[in-house]
Amino acid sequence: MSEPRVGVYVCHCGHNIAGTVDVEHVAEWAMGLPNVVVSRDNKFMCASTGQEQVEQDIKEFDLTHVVVASCSPHMHEKTFRNACARAGLNPYMFEMANIREHASWVHPNDRDGATNKAKALVSAAVHRVVHHQPLEPMVVSIRPETLVVGGGIAGIQAALEIADAGYHVYLVEREPSIGGHMAMFDKTFPTLDCSACILTPKMFDAGGHPNITLLSYSEVERVDGYVGNFTVQVRKKARKVDQDLCTGCGSCWDKCPIRIVDTVFEAGLGYRKAIYRPFPQAVPKYPVIDVENCTYFKTGKCRMCEKVCPTNAIRFDMEDEIVELEVGNIILATGFKLFDARRIPQYGYGRLENVFTSLEFERLTNAAGPTEGKIVLRDGETTPKTVAIIHCVGSRDRNFNTHCSAICCMSSLKFAHLVMEKTGAQVYNFYIDMRPIHKGYEEFYHRIMEEGAQFVRGKVSEITGVARSPEEDGKVIVVCEDTLIGHQRRVPVDMVILAAGLEPRADAQAVGYLFGVGCGDTGFFTERHPKLDPVATVTEGVFIAGACQGAKDIPDSVAQGAAAAARVLGTISRREVSLEPIRASIDEERCSGCRICNNMCPYHAIDFIEEKGVSRVNPALCKGCGTCVAACPSQVISGAHFTFDQLMAEIDGILVDVLSDRPIVEAV
Amino acid sequence: MSDNGTFTPVIVGFLCNWCSYRAADLAGTSRMGYPATLRDIRIMCTGRLDPTFVLRALQKGADGVLIMGCHPGQCHYQEGNYKAIRRFALLRRTLRQLGIADERVQLHWASAAEGVRFAQTVARVTEQIRQLGPLDWAHNWPNEDPYAVEEAVHE
Amino acid sequence: MTATRYPYYPGCSLQHRSHAYQQSTEAVARALGFELVEVDDWNCCGATEYFSVNRLPAYALVARNLARAAEQGATEIVVPCSACFLNLHKTDKNMGRYPKLGERVNQALAAGKLHYEPGTVKVRHLLEMVITDIGNDRLKERTRRPLYGLKLAAYYGCLVARPDSVFGSTEQPTAMDKMLELLGAQAAPFALKTFCCGGHMTQISEDTAFEMIHRIVQNAVQSGADAIVAICPMCQLNLDVYQEAANRYFETDYHVPVLFFTQVLGLALGLSPKELGFGQEFVDARSVLDKIQDVPPPRATPARRPKNALPMPAMPE
Repeated sequence: MSEPRVGVYVCHCGHNIAGTVDVEHVAEWAMGLPNVVVSRDNKFMCASTGQEQVEQDIKEFDLTHVVVASCSPHMHEKTFRNACARAGLNPYMFEMANIREHASWVHPNDRDGATNKAKALVSAAVHRVVHHQPLEPMVVSIRPETLVVGGGIAGIQAALEIADAGYHVYLVEREPSIGGHMAMFDKTFPTLDCSACILTPKMFDAGGHPNITLLSYSEVERVDGYVGNFTVQVRKKARKVDQDLCTGCGSCWDKCPIRIVDTVFEAGLGYRKAIYRPFPQAVPKYPVIDVENCTYFKTGKCRMCEKVCPTNAIRFDMEDEIVELEVGNIILATGFKLFDARRIPQYGYGRLENVFTSLEFERLTNAAGPTEGKIVLRDGETTPKTVAIIHCVGSRDRNFNTHCSAICCMSSLKFAHLVMEKTGAQVYNFYIDMRPIHKGYEEFYHRIMEEGAQFVRGKVSEITGVARSPEEDGKVIVVCEDTLIGHQRRVPVDMVILAAGLEPRADAQAVGYLFGVGCGDTGFFTERHPKLDPVATVTEGVFIAGACQGAKDIPDSVAQGAAAAARVLGTISRREVSLEPIRASIDEERCSGCRICNNMCPYHAIDFIEEKGVSRVNPALCKGCGTCVAACPSQVISGAHFTFDQLMAEIDGILVDVLSDRPIVEAV
Repeated sequence: MSDNGTFTPVIVGFLCNWCSYRAADLAGTSRMGYPATLRDIRIMCTGRLDPTFVLRALQKGADGVLIMGCHPGQCHYQEGNYKAIRRFALLRRTLRQLGIADERVQLHWASAAEGVRFAQTVARVTEQIRQLGPLDWAHNWPNEDPYAVEEAVHE
Repeated sequence: MTATRYPYYPGCSLQHRSHAYQQSTEAVARALGFELVEVDDWNCCGATEYFSVNRLPAYALVARNLARAAEQGATEIVVPCSACFLNLHKTDKNMGRYPKLGERVNQALAAGKLHYEPGTVKVRHLLEMVITDIGNDRLKERTRRPLYGLKLAAYYGCLVARPDSVFGSTEQPTAMDKMLELLGAQAAPFALKTFCCGGHMTQISEDTAFEMIHRIVQNAVQSGADAIVAICPMCQLNLDVYQEAANRYFETDYHVPVLFFTQVLGLALGLSPKELGFGQEFVDARSVLDKIQDVPPPRATPARRPKNALPMPAMPE
């Protein structure tokens, strides 16, 4: 092979780089690096003129490798790879040096330091790039079926979009009915339309859609395969009710003698039977038997539901069923968990009767809830005359969750409205900051203020039942520093609503592990890019939507559900997808078969081939992390684009000045 | 040595693509200043870090090495950083036997959102290595390239 | 039980004012079969103020005690006073957490030829030691005269609850409540169990101090308690000695005896009020003794909830 011919391009990025780094000097200096045949500086490399310069030089100077020193590869690596490809060079013969985010912007007062660092980074790229090899993206075919995990509003939306486009969807929901948290709500902000009225039609659409297979009361247990070709194992938990026979008439739960507190759908504020359907509009309409609480399963006696069932649909001997699904893409829409207000003991939830959580209040004010929509105290009778709503409970708080839960300002305003409308009570909102940021939200805030709700700015320090004066007797007292008037206040009220924050589900980490999706520092699933790729994940073919990605309200969840569906539909209609060729491969000739790498891979992409006594990487499963590459004691696993030679050369290049006679700091 | 005569260390950084490299990007877009001592190399995951990379960097004249990855439990490849922790523990024992102070080779975490943490870590590590002075390890190596020997063994 | 001999730091309060606490602590120790061995040549912990005046000498003052204890071979130290406990605990923790501080404190200690390695001596509050080391079974077994009929407000005070509560929750600890119930008493639903008693505020601003004292006494009365059980000489002093003054200030007429937990515990172990130091308190505690019954009172039936009452959230144990 002939000598490599490298072209180096150093970008000014207007003043962004050139303001700190001596760009012309770096370009000139780079001319002296090994294999460099052309080195230029340019005002804006990413502009069409910059790209055309690269293309032109590739042809004119017969370049074999290209280095661009500009911004982060996360910004423009693709741009320049494409430029190389247009000029007939394999796009992977390109390397980028990040001299903006990692040099000019972070060393603004150190022109020499920034320039020297830029030189080191350019040298690293030049040394590395000559070891690059042409790579071809891997092309895999895409099965048209999609798995949607989670039947809340985000999952329903995603499923419907894909199903309406004509492709099959498996919608898996853990609870007996789809609907998620939205099904529990009474009204939705800021329009105050009834949650059930807008959700129920979507639930029925999803439940009856010819392209949707609804797997309710089911959980995903295992995921194998890779983008386009996932094999998913789903456990259909035994409902103990034969869906082919059941009509959902309700005789069984009417007659069931066991009544227990429903901590899921009724948020602990209401009851359900041991055989139950979470709510009247449930989809599917069939009940399930709660085996843990059913008398028959505890003592072997009762069988009341069986006796009263007109269609003989009760099946006590029904077993869990394992279903295997073949899908091309997966959308996770597993939602959130409400912050457990008992973690803040000074707010008294669980100790003081009339302290409620936001979800409890949703049920309280819901016409289908335990009080049929009457807003009353825990005694079930008394209408409150004063109500305090505490914002940011467990959110924006270093002791619990640092993130803003995004919905609480608006839901608190909605609560204020509902309380005033239904009871005429005086409402106090205790807030830190008001953040009504979306369309129509600020207007709603003003409306609620005009309706007469009081707003006290300050973090509540304590909610107590300890009265200090006769007026406080029997009340719940909210203690808070009112930061606008600069005084400590004690506000006695009849009822307190804690606007508890949104948290990742308790099993988010485990679910993420199952699907190859990481969790960020707040515990929510991590998107591929926070701004430019919010519904994709690092695992190809696995998308996220709704509150599992971060706290969000209904409009945002719906938008993300639809966005994830659009991404899935895109791959389905392309029929195939190309994957980054950053993959590990094993040189079977030299593999000793020690199997050390087999357990290294979190994606089970390495198989041991018994008959040959060697290990082999399944390239479609490999994500290119390189853990096995570093682990191989024989150094026969190669990580494409991050090979041993490439990284060693990069290390040598980055230290080119230190030991060599090629100083970065030149005598002036 | 910089102009005022104080020692300016050269530190080679190994940053994982998903968290710490992006933290460095964020430090950049947020214009957080930190010393220009770190020369960083992007790897996909700290799990890719072959301990020989660290030795190579020290051999080639780096005064220190800073490895940064995603926080434990937040690896984009699920557990690559745990592998890195284990290898790092072994590497550190080796380095101690070679007389390399612990401060010269450090492993830290920064999530993609932690530009501040990234900048502070670079500043802190720089200061620690500045206090230790130049490593000058290269002159302690035998004249022949140790990798040449190793490669010869492989041949 | 892990040990029968405990290195012991009594603190100035016990020796100079709260004789009842000291007497009852010694009596209880004898009854439960453990020995408290006073650290030789200990000094004042600086109480709550010195840390706000001059921090380094304050740390050094406290660290001297730890160094002395360590020198005498102690690996733990039992402290009956919450202020002493917090200071010793904090000094040990912070010397380890901030090596520079540790270094400077040791420089100071070196003047007295002492040295303290943080983490050597585990600082323990007497109540925590009794609950953990003696344990429920033994306490129950040694109970000679159950405190049937008594309703007691377990008052932890602010110093042991924060920053690292040794009794579980920082806001609503329950360890002492459980111990009192084990001894046959009833724990009153006393909400202000970790509120500050005012400390030395009585010497700075009486208005503030009376407010702080009064709210605690008032809440104890609201909770139906026959007495407040304290675990700190400062708390006991404020609530007991200043109760009358606070009454005058707020025009109330509360008479809630304030006892040390060792006094109550001693009663249950069958010790005589005299050897437990009863009679030294300002608010007469004889009423408490009179209320103890021979048989357990009938279990109060929980108040009937209205027919349509909504369920309460389940609380974890």
